[in-house]
Amino acid sequence: MSETPLIGDLGGTPGAPLSGARIGVITFPGTLDDRDAARAVKLAGATPIPLWHADSDLGDVDAVVLPGGFSYGDYLRAGAIARFAPLMAKIVDAANSDAKLPVLGICNGFQILTEAHLLPGSMIKNDHLKFICRDQTLRVENNQTAWTNQFDEGQEITVVLKNQDGQYVADEKTLDELEGEGRVAFRYVGWNPNGSRRGIAGITNAAGNVVGLMPHPEHAVEPGFGPLGADGHYSTDGLGFFASVLSRLVEAK
Amino acid sequence: MPRIVVDVMPKPEILDPQGKAIVGALPRLGFTAFGGVRQGKRFELTVEGPVTDQILEQAREAAATMLSNPVIEDVVNVEVLAEDAGSEAAAEDLAAPTEAE
Repeated sequence: MSETPLIGDLGGTPGAPLSGARIGVITFPGTLDDRDAARAVKLAGATPIPLWHADSDLGDVDAVVLPGGFSYGDYLRAGAIARFAPLMAKIVDAANSDAKLPVLGICNGFQILTEAHLLPGSMIKNDHLKFICRDQTLRVENNQTAWTNQFDEGQEITVVLKNQDGQYVADEKTLDELEGEGRVAFRYVGWNPNGSRRGIAGITNAAGNVVGLMPHPEHAVEPGFGPLGADGHYSTDGLGFFASVLSRLVEAK
Repeated sequence: MPRIVVDVMPKPEILDPQGKAIVGALPRLGFTAFGGVRQGKRFELTVEGPVTDQILEQAREAAATMLSNPVIEDVVNVEVLAEDAGSEAAAEDLAAPTEAE
């Protein structure tokens, strides 16, 4: 498969050793944000590798992004059918292997990761029942993961939130474990936009290589096109996710 | 064609936003007798030929692994629908399966 064409001039794409990093962006039927995710990967200085859900192998990628959208129309449950895509079995194996493939699930991608049992809990409809699209401030609660290590602990970042089934739920025992083990990666700041338990916006697995969140970092990577940050400037906070995984990959080499 | 019915409900402890919206709307139409609504899902699996124990077992497995998410939902019913069933009352009880044609 050829590289996803990207809109716009990315002239001056950072070269450096990092551009050798290959970050897969998987597309399911109904995925919407694969182009934006690929673009974010490129802006961060890595090479996006388009992956198709029915592919039989991961094409030697160094990390994988499961982008947002409505895979299979959210039929059955959000992410429930995508979870059984041929490539997902490979991703689950690679994420759990000694190599600990970094995996980032955004929005629908987060839902797929919970359905695939890579992350605990689940997402149900927003408590107010409406689709929501807004600039959302998050607090980085864990800056030790493959996708958050370039943030400061407690740093507040602003990215876009847009979803219908964004209410994170899990039983109390699971929530206590997540909190106790520092596996709450992001929490909503100022307002809980969907009724998520304990204001949880994103979580990580115990190893820190798999991270899922409802808001969309890939939409906050370019000045002028992202959300308005708390300081009144267009936020590019989303780049931190991709810079983090590149940093982790360089360390691992 | 015989059908296997699978009913899935949100777990009791999970807030059901859809049910809540419905219970809020019912009184507007004068339906004031209902203090709560929970919305679930019903699946009908069509079987080619008779429903054997093995096929029923497959249906139960599909219900547990794909049709429901045990984190938020319970499978509350798996049963064979009689071929000429026009109503729920005609559904066969799985505890005492009858000879399927």
